[in-house]
Amino acid sequence: MATAVADATAGAPAPEAPIEAFTVTLIIRRFDPDVDDEPRWQDFDVQMFATDRILDALHKIKWEQDGSLTFRRSCAHGICGSDAMRINGRNRLACKTLIKDLDITKPIYVEAIKGLPLEKDLIVDMEPFFASYREVQPFLQSATEPPKDKERVQSVADRARFDDTTKCILCAACTSSCPVFWTDGQYFGPAAIVNAHRFIFDSRDEAASTRLDILNDKEGVWRCRTTFNCTDACPRGIQVTQAIAEVKQAIMRGKP
Amino acid sequence: MATTIESPRAPHTARRSRGVNWEKWGWIYMRASGVVLLVLIFGHLFVNLLVGDGIKAIDFAFVGGKWSDPFWQVWDTLMLWLAMIHGGNGMRTIVNDYATKATTRKVLLGAILVAVVAMIVLGTLVIYTFDPCPAGSPADLLPSFCATR
Repeated sequence: MATAVADATAGAPAPEAPIEAFTVTLIIRRFDPDVDDEPRWQDFDVQMFATDRILDALHKIKWEQDGSLTFRRSCAHGICGSDAMRINGRNRLACKTLIKDLDITKPIYVEAIKGLPLEKDLIVDMEPFFASYREVQPFLQSATEPPKDKERVQSVADRARFDDTTKCILCAACTSSCPVFWTDGQYFGPAAIVNAHRFIFDSRDEAASTRLDILNDKEGVWRCRTTFNCTDACPRGIQVTQAIAEVKQAIMRGKP
Repeated sequence: MATTIESPRAPHTARRSRGVNWEKWGWIYMRASGVVLLVLIFGHLFVNLLVGDGIKAIDFAFVGGKWSDPFWQVWDTLMLWLAMIHGGNGMRTIVNDYATKATTRKVLLGAILVAVVAMIVLGTLVIYTFDPCPAGSPADLLPSFCATR
């Protein structure tokens, strides 16, 4: 213990230079259904550090400037998928977008994701998104029982086949960046297809043909125009467009 | 994995329309026709613009000569049909993506269908009924084989 104390006094410290803070302007698309007929843009100036995230800026605004600012966030660390929003015109998670990666000489525009009904400020109604997610039956279906008291075994290669699409956190960044989804809510959207892909190519699952039939629908995978907006938007780096293409191939083959 | 569990309930029935899946075949057609069209169109450009006298060779006689040859008749017919349907289907896709009102969509899709059908019918008619040696025309404008007829 003594040494630890000695070390602490010895190594203590030349005073560090204060960390530089910047004034960042955020222009946020506000909408309060009780008051507003139309969404309106409102700007806020906040002091931020380069390592702060857009979510920190939103917190600062909500806690220090305007408590009525409404947004979703749960874990705040890029896992729960609650805070997908459109930042400078691109769908991003607010908790994974660092101030240093944005051009702060210009205002930063923040708005709700597109294509889903706007409820308030940065919150949209996610129900249509989850409805198409449910439609692809995103759960393991097998008519055979697993070995007694054991889990279903799978080879490393079989697991790797669908590894990419297991990363989805259902944040809706991909689906709400898809121009086909914007014009036609009937389209399943990339997220539902990604989650179908996750089970279609799972060797333990036995309902691949059912899911392929569902996605062979008029509004299924064939509406995909390969614009790659979804791949660009995905905060988990899932190769969404490639997953959709693999589902198309599987439908043409008639099996995964 | 020995025992099989019986389905406990009525199986989930997915929304599904029976019959031919036109969206799927449309998607496949676009890719297949695209590949064939690459060959047909670049072959067409090469023969018309580069071979021999190149672009200076193109006149009534040149076209008349080509369309008296069954090979080029088939080539051009294929090119016409594949390209018109390919383009029409592409336009249909764009209309489906962008037209928000059902009436607008119907009108635009109808216009595309009429245009495609008219072009295909007229084009095919021209290719197979073309007379390379119309009577009473000066011989220097006609394909060389007209003199021997």
